[in-house]
Amino acid sequence: MSEAVLQTVGLHKHFGALRVAHNIHFSLERGARHALIGPNGAGKTTFINLITGVLSPTSGRISLEGEDITDLGQAERSRLGIARTFQINQLFRGLTVLENVSLAIAERMGIAGGMFKPLSAYNHVTDEAIALLEDFDLGSEALRRIDELPYGRQRLVEIVIALGQKPSVLLLDEPAAGIPSSESQHILDAANALSGDITVLVIEHDMEIVFRIADYITVMVSGEIFTQGTPAEVAADERVRAVYLGQAHHV
Amino acid sequence: MAFTGVMAEHPTVTPNSTRGFFRSRQRLKWWEGLPWVLAVSAFFVLPDYMAFGTQVLITIIFALSLDLIVGFAGVVTLGHAAYFGVGAYAAGMVSAHLGWTEPISALLLAGVIAALVGLVSGAVLLRYHGLTLLMLTLATAICLQEFANVNEDVTGGFDGLIGISFKPLLGMFEYDLWGHTYYWYSLVVLLLVFVGVRIVMNSPFGMSLIGIRENTDRMHAIGTPVYKRLVTVYTLSAGLAGVAGALFAESNAYVTLDVLSFARSGTILIILILGGVGRLYGAFVGAVVYMVLEDELAKMSPEFWEFGVGLVLVLTVMFAQGGLIGLFDRLRKYIGGAPT
Repeated sequence: MSEAVLQTVGLHKHFGALRVAHNIHFSLERGARHALIGPNGAGKTTFINLITGVLSPTSGRISLEGEDITDLGQAERSRLGIARTFQINQLFRGLTVLENVSLAIAERMGIAGGMFKPLSAYNHVTDEAIALLEDFDLGSEALRRIDELPYGRQRLVEIVIALGQKPSVLLLDEPAAGIPSSESQHILDAANALSGDITVLVIEHDMEIVFRIADYITVMVSGEIFTQGTPAEVAADERVRAVYLGQAHHV
Repeated sequence: MAFTGVMAEHPTVTPNSTRGFFRSRQRLKWWEGLPWVLAVSAFFVLPDYMAFGTQVLITIIFALSLDLIVGFAGVVTLGHAAYFGVGAYAAGMVSAHLGWTEPISALLLAGVIAALVGLVSGAVLLRYHGLTLLMLTLATAICLQEFANVNEDVTGGFDGLIGISFKPLLGMFEYDLWGHTYYWYSLVVLLLVFVGVRIVMNSPFGMSLIGIRENTDRMHAIGTPVYKRLVTVYTLSAGLAGVAGALFAESNAYVTLDVLSFARSGTILIILILGGVGRLYGAFVGAVVYMVLEDELAKMSPEFWEFGVGLVLVLTVMFAQGGLIGLFDRLRKYIGGAPT
């Protein structure tokens, strides 16, 4: 593989005695489809929160494209190209699908602080939002309120908003969470259709999905990296079966 | 991409039609002329009520300013009278102490001073959230009121600031006992404030405030400088509250500590909730209904009027979520099925 887009060095996060991230040395290769798996409470979402700046680490450094971003805020990191989705939908509930996506696009274009022209007059924002929505078969729902959409469709908008940020690194936190497996195909298709320019880190519980998306897997247990490898290597690892795959059957 | 095959099953939505629809929502509607027609007719129909009418207009401006932060940005405050009061004292003090008696420039100056106070206090307050923020807004207004009380040599303290007088408006229109001049003056100021606020709230900036209200976490995640946006709108809102306060000082020619009171902060929030938050027109409906109700009930039963106001508020909150404007909306949908 080629060079790392995103790197963490010795990342620690402690809440008092509670160790949620411990000595994480992690590197995300350009263009990767990297999955982060592990049992509940392993610290996967915490890790994403550390990368995006929701949490600041107790110690350790994070770098994007070789630049240290550890001290930057969430919004600044986002503007540098890190986008994320959430395990539980974080949408703008009272707004239309189009407005949901337009907010992210306007912010990326740097016009979101503009006060004197109506948002609807920025045709390039609207056009880009519509084009993006149509890519995901959401064009006909553009003018509906987001909370009128079925949950599976909302889940898709959750991803489209992040894509409106034109990210170089996209962090998907359980993109198929909460939707029946019959519908998760849409999410899978969406993830597989993502441009190769985007580096993807995905947290996923459904092993079937992991094996269909990921070309590399990191297993986390108790806030630490347990092991890493290709899907075949991880699937063959008896210890991983013991800590994770074995448990998954009981869920 | 992979989904074009499925597209055919849906009615086609072209970028142009979507654009058009998106735009039409921000276009002026016919009924938006209504408040102004009513305000102008009020002058001819009820000429004896113009002093009261002026206070209603001032309250609308004050409520509009509050709608920016409460309705759009979703930041609830119990101390908005702080900026109304600063505006009122600023206009009153430049007249009483400095002999600056030109009303329009005094109004602008008061607005700028209130905005500055809003900027400084907002920069501190908006670092907090939820109940902490609510309590701090309340505390800010109380501190300011106490500050005005203590410094009685400049503010007049408990007795109020006297000796306020202003030159004729534009050098032509005298202040009159019936409040006619100040009614028109306030109406023009309201119109200008409203047009400005409407433009700003439909802008990407206004949309991003709604985004913050709907989901602050996601706004952080999409790269919005949330704190900066909030301080900006808070400053703007404080400035407009200051303009309302200055109009109050100019039209009444006196200022008392009451302009900074908790009661005023609370009342303006009630007025906005009654009318409907986040809609701009809620400020109009809320102010008119509340003040007319207060006036009429106080005439009917001087010691019991608050019961009536309370009852209307309880009924509104219980049965008309979204305030009276929300009620009109549902009524209109019920009758005509017309989209907003």
